[in-house]
Amino acid sequence: MTLFTLPDFQQLQQTIQNCTTTDVEQALITKNPGIHDLAALISPAAEPFLPEMARRSAFLTAQRFGRTTQLYAPIYLSNYCTNRCAYCGFSASNRIARRCLTLDEAEIEANILHDRGFQHILLVSGEAENAVDVAYLEAIARRLRGRFAAISIEVQPLSTADYTRLFKAGITAVAVYQETYNQDLYKQVHLSGKKTDYHYRLETPARVAAAGMREVGIGALLGLTDWRAEGLALGLHLAWLRKTFWNTAVTVSFPRLRPAAGAFAPLVPVSEKNLSQLIFGLRLFDPDVGLLLSTREEARYRDGMLGLGPTRYSAGSCTAPGGYSNPDQTDGEQFSVGDQRTVEEVILAIAAKGFDPVSKDWDSAFQTER
Amino acid sequence: MQIHLNGTPKTITTESMTVARLLQELGIPAASVVVELNKTIIQPDCYAASSLQNNDQVELIRFVGGG
Amino acid sequence: MLTDMLTIGGHTFNSRLFLGTGKFSSSAVMKEAIAASGTEMVTVALRRVDLNNPEDDIMIALDRKKCVFLPNTSGARNAEEAIRLAHLARAASGSSWLKLEVTPDPRTLLPDPVETLKATAELVRAGFIVLPYMNADPILALRLQDVGAAAVMPLGSPIGTNQGILTAFQIEIIIDQARVPVVVDAGIGAPSHAALAMEMGADAVLVNTAISVAGDPVAMARAFAQAVEAGRTAFVAGMGSRGKQAQASSPLTGTLATDLGFLA
Repeated sequence: MTLFTLPDFQQLQQTIQNCTTTDVEQALITKNPGIHDLAALISPAAEPFLPEMARRSAFLTAQRFGRTTQLYAPIYLSNYCTNRCAYCGFSASNRIARRCLTLDEAEIEANILHDRGFQHILLVSGEAENAVDVAYLEAIARRLRGRFAAISIEVQPLSTADYTRLFKAGITAVAVYQETYNQDLYKQVHLSGKKTDYHYRLETPARVAAAGMREVGIGALLGLTDWRAEGLALGLHLAWLRKTFWNTAVTVSFPRLRPAAGAFAPLVPVSEKNLSQLIFGLRLFDPDVGLLLSTREEARYRDGMLGLGPTRYSAGSCTAPGGYSNPDQTDGEQFSVGDQRTVEEVILAIAAKGFDPVSKDWDSAFQTER
Repeated sequence: MQIHLNGTPKTITTESMTVARLLQELGIPAASVVVELNKTIIQPDCYAASSLQNNDQVELIRFVGGG
Repeated sequence: MLTDMLTIGGHTFNSRLFLGTGKFSSSAVMKEAIAASGTEMVTVALRRVDLNNPEDDIMIALDRKKCVFLPNTSGARNAEEAIRLAHLARAASGSSWLKLEVTPDPRTLLPDPVETLKATAELVRAGFIVLPYMNADPILALRLQDVGAAAVMPLGSPIGTNQGILTAFQIEIIIDQARVPVVVDAGIGAPSHAALAMEMGADAVLVNTAISVAGDPVAMARAFAQAVEAGRTAFVAGMGSRGKQAQASSPLTGTLATDLGFLA
């Protein structure tokens, strides 16, 4: 198996900076946009074309996914973490209330989401294998697989064998974000812990796909460095995964760091306009990729983006372990959500825009071992 | 003895007939063909040592034009 | 374009036109057509020696220094027959190149996907450089790639029909998805068909009948060489897309576009 390799981050930046209006116009009319077209679409030269990009992105999204928006909700299992990451609320050096749910507690959280109508849950934890290990995840998956159509995880990177084990237990998808594709910056913001290994993390989506998972999610934190170059790296990673693992679907998430009191301040501001350009660009580059927009973003922005490119929204999210059972407790959150509406309110907003809120597109009960 | 050469019966009168000798008698340069003896490919350096037995199936195969 | 080379099985090709050697009126014409085409890969078939005409040897007419020999398994109706032919081909050619053809239906000569996949896996294990001839089925292309095919050879239309690229839509998907080179084979009846395949992004085309039975095969070989080069150059240059609706050459920014007034 060949490994995913990425050009130098500065080279990615240069490629984007070299793009001209002509490149953007070409990218907008070409039938099969390539990586250079993506570079043009997320370049400064494409900014005047944002409305046209939105129109094409909306068209492609409707054509491929229909007039639907998928819904999911995260369950935070644990906020223990052995890594120190400059930007993260769960960072080992942060003094927050730490908690790891028992299997029963996790099941209670899941039942609350199930009663709210969710069929797709995302199990999230900090990266601490003494709190959340494969056996724990396996046990939760076996308990919950009958009740949910899809169970994704966002935990520490695991081995292919472990992913295979989890797939057999009913996990359908794995999200693992590189945070930044800029190697130098990666070293600066990941201060200690296993996560300091840039390459092990970079190779994780390939291990997920090799294990036969239905879906793998990639992403970069927006606000650490030049978002355009991160976007091009995401495009390269996405295209490589597609070519190498043709039977695993790929999704991209866009966790955007926001200025907030007491929180890690973004090193580089990324505006909603920037985020939108990245989303539209990736949609034009890959009409099939699932694009996630979480409750990190505000209701106004999420409503505006409905149908324009994103295919999956989280709703009613709580980012602290046990948060659905104890809604008043906010200590121990990973980040504070930007869209505080209930799932009912989000569903109404989706319907008001003429889209169908869907809770599943698959049932993990059908899942067989390959 | 009789062999089957490219599917056709052929009577061999010579004793101790080998693949090499057969090719020579047929006027076929050894380098231009592959010889299969009873469905086993015979390497060119074994032609002289490969003697033919009664009822052997010999296939002489070569490249022809094709797409 | 020196940098735009094609690599298959570790071998690099300048020419993206592969030539079949069947149905030429004479070895002399074939030899001239090969030279005019600039090809660096020619296919050959395996047959029993014609004992009434033992001097008729195609190898004399072909220069192996200029061209890779790609023996095919034409005539094989299942994996087992194809594998036997493959071993004969390796013994005859001294190399591991193989165009795998498994065609159980003598009427259409369409390739059998199940037997082709089976034979590809086995021949790759035996060390062959396998280029399977296949119907233009994108998933089959990926499955063949997964078991180690060095390239895939989807058909444009049934062999010998000269119908052109009837499978264009499927071939586009194959080209988009495949990690291995895509060589469009069969049905290419005119240089324009070859140019189209190359414009679509095919890595190479294989042509036989259209050249060998042309009024002037040598001139036709040249025409195909030009068409393949033109198509390739156009593809590398980046083709604009064709749509049903008119597309203004000057983009319509601001007008007719989605309202992004919600952005903060």
